[in-house]
Amino acid sequence: MTGVAIVGAAETTELGVIPHMSQIQLHADAALNALKDAGLGIADIDGVATAGESPTGIAHYLGITPTWVDGTSVGGCSFMLHVRHAIAAINSGQCTTVLITHGESGRSNVGRGSFRGMGASTLTGQFETPYGPMGPPTMFTLPVLRYMKDFGLTHEQLAMVAVVQRQWASMNPRASFRDLITVDDVLNSRMIAYPFHLLECCLVTDGGGALILTSDERAKDFPNPPVYLIGTGESVETPMVSQMADLTSSRAFRVAGFAAMKEAGIKHKDVDHLMVYDAFAHLPIYGLEDLGFCERGEAGSFISEGNTAPGGSLPLNTNGGGLSYMHSGMYGMYAMQESVRQIRGTAPAQVDNAQVSLCLGVGGMFGASGCVVMSRAPH
Amino acid sequence: MANSKRPLPQPTPETQHFWEGTRNGELRLQRCDACAAVYFPPRPFCPECSSRMVSVFSASGRATLHSYVINQRPHPAFAAPYSIAIVELEEGPRMMSNVIGCPQTPEALELDMPLNVVFEKQNDDITLPLFEPAGDRT
Ligand SMILES: [Zn+2]
Repeated sequence: MTGVAIVGAAETTELGVIPHMSQIQLHADAALNALKDAGLGIADIDGVATAGESPTGIAHYLGITPTWVDGTSVGGCSFMLHVRHAIAAINSGQCTTVLITHGESGRSNVGRGSFRGMGASTLTGQFETPYGPMGPPTMFTLPVLRYMKDFGLTHEQLAMVAVVQRQWASMNPRASFRDLITVDDVLNSRMIAYPFHLLECCLVTDGGGALILTSDERAKDFPNPPVYLIGTGESVETPMVSQMADLTSSRAFRVAGFAAMKEAGIKHKDVDHLMVYDAFAHLPIYGLEDLGFCERGEAGSFISEGNTAPGGSLPLNTNGGGLSYMHSGMYGMYAMQESVRQIRGTAPAQVDNAQVSLCLGVGGMFGASGCVVMSRAPH
Repeated sequence: MANSKRPLPQPTPETQHFWEGTRNGELRLQRCDACAAVYFPPRPFCPECSSRMVSVFSASGRATLHSYVINQRPHPAFAAPYSIAIVELEEGPRMMSNVIGCPQTPEALELDMPLNVVFEKQNDDITLPLFEPAGDRT
């Protein structure tokens, strides 16, 4: 246990295409919804963490005078790291009530600061950019042919990741894509960067989310049952996907996942619900293996055989994931929102008696990871 | 490929030797004098043991195709489809590059196929190391 719980959680009022809201307003809309969820006022917040926008900008926009801020920005899993850092801050008395916000006008591009590309003198600018990568669809995807050759993963098995997640999305009224799809649909969708087809790549949408954390002791006095944070982990590996030590496994996943499960004192069989940040279809495969739910090379068949699908033994990405639910760019917040809903028992595709949820995030292209274990009981 | 529009690297003091090497037709790597680790990208210390005693040497230019994607979307400097590859150098380190001189298809781009470095001049300062199938070497 960590001694800290989530007492407020919400996404933006709308998700998907929100051209009438700027990026910072997406943060604020989610924050106001989370405050309402927690029955708190803005004056109750004394800690602020965010990524994408600066914590200074968010605190000022919302009218918060914080005694603690965290602007850790390591990509889409930054919010998992904020949770971990907030736990330490609350436990050490630096603040009592932390607001973590995310908002991203990923699709409509309203009020979004210019994308900070890697300059030509950075290591990425010198040793990757000249060879023509065009963002995540050509970089995050680079390791997978190596994995396919080493472990015999088939194109059909990779496509099944998208098929299964659409099954979950079909039960979720807020999901961007809800129509069921087949392996053929995936393999016949437009090729983006071989071997990845359009339906194996994440959405690009607008949205936001926010979490409010406080100590276990105070957490019982809120409108919703506390979602206890029982274990967390974080790590980074490399900003250059070409420099991963092993293209078939994420070191950051392994380190963050191991730390979170160890702190939580849980074994794999204790996990009722799993979220693995899925920017692309291979991410859940890497996540299942690097977390130790599957042996090396077995996650593709594990998913294909229905184990992570509705009714399966290990419900995975039950909101539909970045492939079907939403993906604004920094998806980690939405993965945690789904873990909170599952533990509260309020998810659209609710898993029966979900007591423990493990949520694994990725940042950059296998560059960083954060892992959070949530529980209905404080342990 | 029309390469004139490639986003070109801007060398730093720590990487100068690498780009000087490619200008002269050499693929330069670094080796730790203390623990013998060979590493890339360039830095003036060993990432394995942190020793500052390191040497620059000229690599063989032989590599294998470790992984890749074939980008289908238009890029201002490339004629799609084109491969973006991670090659594994004979000396151990891996680097991103392009495999040229063969069809940009899964059939022609076989994983672990042997490659040789080729140097493609971009301007007076920058020459990029690209790779082509070795063909005669197995
Ligand atoms: Zn050394």
